[in-house]
Amino acid sequence: MSRENWEKKLKNCKERDFKFKTISGIPVKPLYTPDDCEFFDYERDLGYPGEFPFTRGVYTNMYRGRLWTMRQFSGFGTPKDTNRRYKYLLKHGQTGLSVAFDFPTLYGRDSDDPFSRGEVGKCGVAVDTLRDMEIIFDGIPLDRISTSMTINPPAAILLAMYIAVGEKQGVPAHILTGTIQNDMLKEYQAQKTWIYPPEPSMRIITDILEYCSENVPKWNTISISGYHIREAGSTALQELAFTLANGFTYVEYGIKRGLAVDKFAPRLSFFFNSHLDFFEEIAKYRAARRIWSRVMRDKYNAQNPRSFLMRFHTQTAGCTLTAQQPENNIIRTAFQALAAVLGGTQSLHTNSMDETYALPTEKAVKIALRTQQLIAYETGVASTIDPLGGSYYIESLTNELEKGAYEYFNKIEKLGGVLRAIEKGFFQREISRSAYEYQRSLEKKERFHVGINIFQEDKPADIEILKIPPEVERNQKKALKKVKQERNNRKVKESLRLLRKAARDGENLMPRILDCVRVYATIGEICNTMKEEFGEYHEPIIF
Amino acid sequence: MDKKIRVLVAKPGLDGHDRGAKVVAAALRDAGMEVIYTGLHQSPEAIVEAAIQEDVDVIGLSILSGAHMTIFPKVLELLKKKRAQRIIVVGGGIIPADDMKKLEKKGVKKLFGPGTPTTEIIKWLKENVKTGKKRVKVQKKRRRK
Repeated sequence: MSRENWEKKLKNCKERDFKFKTISGIPVKPLYTPDDCEFFDYERDLGYPGEFPFTRGVYTNMYRGRLWTMRQFSGFGTPKDTNRRYKYLLKHGQTGLSVAFDFPTLYGRDSDDPFSRGEVGKCGVAVDTLRDMEIIFDGIPLDRISTSMTINPPAAILLAMYIAVGEKQGVPAHILTGTIQNDMLKEYQAQKTWIYPPEPSMRIITDILEYCSENVPKWNTISISGYHIREAGSTALQELAFTLANGFTYVEYGIKRGLAVDKFAPRLSFFFNSHLDFFEEIAKYRAARRIWSRVMRDKYNAQNPRSFLMRFHTQTAGCTLTAQQPENNIIRTAFQALAAVLGGTQSLHTNSMDETYALPTEKAVKIALRTQQLIAYETGVASTIDPLGGSYYIESLTNELEKGAYEYFNKIEKLGGVLRAIEKGFFQREISRSAYEYQRSLEKKERFHVGINIFQEDKPADIEILKIPPEVERNQKKALKKVKQERNNRKVKESLRLLRKAARDGENLMPRILDCVRVYATIGEICNTMKEEFGEYHEPIIF
Repeated sequence: MDKKIRVLVAKPGLDGHDRGAKVVAAALRDAGMEVIYTGLHQSPEAIVEAAIQEDVDVIGLSILSGAHMTIFPKVLELLKKKRAQRIIVVGGGIIPADDMKKLEKKGVKKLFGPGTPTTEIIKWLKENVKTGKKRVKVQKKRRRK
């Protein structure tokens, strides 16, 4: 049958009452054919895995060589509680660690700071000094495990503490492997964890790039994150475009510092969300790899093939979990995890079913880990590389997202670049608008979320919840007091004085911060010292 | 004419998750209420102060960090201290059912869990909020620290 005849027949078929479009608003046709991949050149647009432009994956044999790293983000209560959870996860086959810090730590405040009241150990583990990090990694060999730390304004401090724990274990900095998030741009845009204004934040980040390329060469210095942009309400396209724009901004700051692009770019990594729209997510990862490699080569003149590689971590979308019928979250997460694997992720976190209530219980987190293991060992999807490559729909979506991303890059450039666009509230407005539109589309039933606006049940959920007892805060404050009594306060003062001087003089801050943490200066003391030089950030109010 | 309901949407503590607060703020505004959004990282003291100054009928607190058992009671206590119990306190976020019950017992008027349609929040506010005594028209909304 000819296409024309088929289309005639199709016109007579009745369609469901549903707006067929992706979450980013790209219209979805009933069928994709070679006509949708016009001007498509295999070698130029897809190429081979591990080869330019990396659309099909960053490594030559992808999961046939090594599966993705199964890395559950976790941390809660005291350092001791977290150490116990890590040992539990490693025992059940997890292959990397990912540290969740509590809010005071994320903001560089000590557990005894008045603003920390009620927050200590609640949504992550509390870290005040090097002592806490020693406990968290007690019995965990840092030369054999890689650790990702979700930490932004105080990233330099936590990295310094990790290096210092390594020193105590006899593991030198140059063999440590892991990641700090250290992506402040998306903080101003979406996640909203900040201390200093954007320019000093960019200076600290560039200090880290410089220091690590010499001293901690296997460390991923920035995890350029779309995850939080998406969680804050953006579409897949906005996540893709804003994340890449941020990535290019870090590259430009590194180059401006006088660093060789091929020296620091290979250690930049990425972090994406995996949301509900299965195919759009897969296309997003593929488009991201292609854009990154092309721009790195053509605009920033990178030559080291490792500078072209967009390596990324994925987390399933926390914002899609439902408090209603929480067991459904297991299935929802499984689909999202599958999309990440089909999109070629390097590591993966799967959310637990109970996370709209609290941090996950051991049982819930085990099911989440097992979900990844099922995908890896039972489904066969990891047997061939980029199995959806060549699908007319996937290739067409990949092209559309790529095109849309470049349109955003132009818009951002017209605004004067990412930092100016943050000052103008551009990203914040774009994200708020999408979040509101998404909510309205649910309420108008243009989009469905099972348990929320379709197939609802009245019965309240009956699941076990992890509780963080109030003693955690008391115990952590006591432990901090003890460290302050035992340390050499004269040395602390002196190291803080030198840090402040370095902040003022423009000297690289990393060696000074290392000196501070080694003598057990607290995270609050270090951040406050820098705050005195750098000032504090205040957001523009937009909703 | 009916008086408009005035709502202070507030993000207390260190929690940076502002998606829900902003969506609710926008929805209440579009439903004809007067909405003041505090921005992030507000202390309970600053929130109560702003609520009194802005002469609102309702404070809506959004907490996703787990600090709800500390922050909600603190706001209620401060309202009592300032003799401003006329202002009712509602909220939402990541709050387990047990804690919701405890907080409602302590005087939080209503907690909306994840997945609540904004229409339900609007309906509840319209049915349950009495828009206080006669008030002078307050000038342009301003950001308060």
